[in-house]
Amino acid sequence: LRLIYTTTAVQRKNIGASGPEKYTEEFIKKQIEEFNLGKRHLANMMGEDPETFTQEDIDKAVAYLFPSGLFDKQARPMMKHPTEIFPEQRKIQWGEDGRPFHFLFYTGKQSYYSLMHEMYEKFLNLQKYQDQLLAQDLLPQKEKRNLSGSRWLTKIELEEMLLEKLSNDDYSRFIQLLEKLVTLPCGDIEEKYVQKFSREVAAQLKKVDIEPLKYDEQGVAFSTGEGARKTARATVVVYDNGTGKITVNGIDVLHYFPVLQDREQLLFPFQFLDRVGKHDMICTVSGGGRSAQAGAIRLASAKALKSFVTQKEVEFLRQAGLLTTDPRVRERKKPGQEGARRKFTWKKR
Amino acid sequence: DDKLLTVPLSHPDYFNVKELFSLKDLFDARVHLGHKKGCRHRFMEPYIFGCRLEQDIIDLDQTMEHLQLALNFTAHIAYRKGIILFVSRKRQFCHLVESTARECGEYAHTRYWQGGLLTNTHIHFGSGVRLPDLLIFLSSLNNIFEPHVAIRDAAKMNIPTVGVVDTNCNPCLITYPIPGNDDSPSAMELYCKLFKMTIIRAKDKRKQNEAFRELS
Repeated sequence: LRLIYTTTAVQRKNIGASGPEKYTEEFIKKQIEEFNLGKRHLANMMGEDPETFTQEDIDKAVAYLFPSGLFDKQARPMMKHPTEIFPEQRKIQWGEDGRPFHFLFYTGKQSYYSLMHEMYEKFLNLQKYQDQLLAQDLLPQKEKRNLSGSRWLTKIELEEMLLEKLSNDDYSRFIQLLEKLVTLPCGDIEEKYVQKFSREVAAQLKKVDIEPLKYDEQGVAFSTGEGARKTARATVVVYDNGTGKITVNGIDVLHYFPVLQDREQLLFPFQFLDRVGKHDMICTVSGGGRSAQAGAIRLASAKALKSFVTQKEVEFLRQAGLLTTDPRVRERKKPGQEGARRKFTWKKR
Repeated sequence: DDKLLTVPLSHPDYFNVKELFSLKDLFDARVHLGHKKGCRHRFMEPYIFGCRLEQDIIDLDQTMEHLQLALNFTAHIAYRKGIILFVSRKRQFCHLVESTARECGEYAHTRYWQGGLLTNTHIHFGSGVRLPDLLIFLSSLNNIFEPHVAIRDAAKMNIPTVGVVDTNCNPCLITYPIPGNDDSPSAMELYCKLFKMTIIRAKDKRKQNEAFRELS
């Protein structure tokens, strides 16, 4: 009996259906030989040494020999190792006499169910161990697990790991069992096993970089910030030990922004940090309208205030949305419509 | 080769399965306890000994006979290297049944039964699959208290079935029903132990006979 590779069907359950997706072991071996030969030919063509021709060199050579203006990178000509091109597939699951190798073969999703079986077994063993400890009153205190640094596998990652299609219910049951396993008091013993199913999540706090304070001639600390909103661009210098005086383009804030709403916007970052009368501000702003300029100055001042304030307060600022540029810009008018969204009046006849 | 397969069939109890269990074992494992009178299935009435305080009691003498027939049959199937599939939809005993199957070297299916697993194998598995030669139901109902789909599918595909039938089950399509309790953990552990011992015994006997044949 030849071992035939079959695809993990993406759309259909049709794992066994004969189609162009079946790759025999011999076919893949031949492809690998052809690839290696081709690599050497390519190296000779480019004048490089065939022995030390890496995948990056192949990519550069192919891009040089076959320049393509196509936008999709995967549509351009490529030359990669066959294991990357032909997706990883499952071999036929039974032996010569027809008996399947895996004891859960007849369920259909053997790897998923065997994984659940294994995890449940570990869960039962942990419970027994816990009962023994309880009988001897040696139960260890549960320390809080660090939840922020890791996440569980996503459904797609699990499917890739098991090489099988899963349903959403299957995935949620898997996650529930993992959570149960971890929340047991003796869950630390199975840490290694559980770590296989968790991934690190880079903390987002590190993205915000805080600049150090600068000092001018009198020794007063200040910092600058830049902000934008719609078409308005603003640069702001925030001075320490101030009285809350704000100057915009050389004009006092009361004269530049006669409307209360705009002045409230300028005040918001200081109010949030309880530093209302403590800083002086000198701003330059251009472009946009009244409201846009106010928003731009607000963003710039919040960015400047980052240097004066602790890490925790910076995180509060970020979560309050004071440090994010508002991405809303005026949408263009489209032909065949009266405005960006408004259509012409529809007349029945 | 002929003698290897025909000699066991001439004896009524070639593998001596009677010695694996006794009436006292069945009683201690609470196999005789059925459901309440209201849950009784009409076709289970011949197997019921009586009713006490509205709870049905299964006749253990009949259970003994049926169990002996069923175990003998599984032993013969295992001797002839057949594929045995343990089926049970009871969530409490899912792990137990799967472990039993794994230890015997046979197969188990204690999860959601997808539509055409037996009747539409080409779609589910691929061409050239070998179907199970025996289905053992350790609980013949599914989670909605209806007869398990596999009973009907096995009958369609001419696959013999062995099943533990409780007082609320339908023993009709099962070839070797075993009237007995399927809800107590002790009863389930007993059944798993008995099936495991018979299958291992039958496989060892087969290896022995083949070794004898090699020598002679």
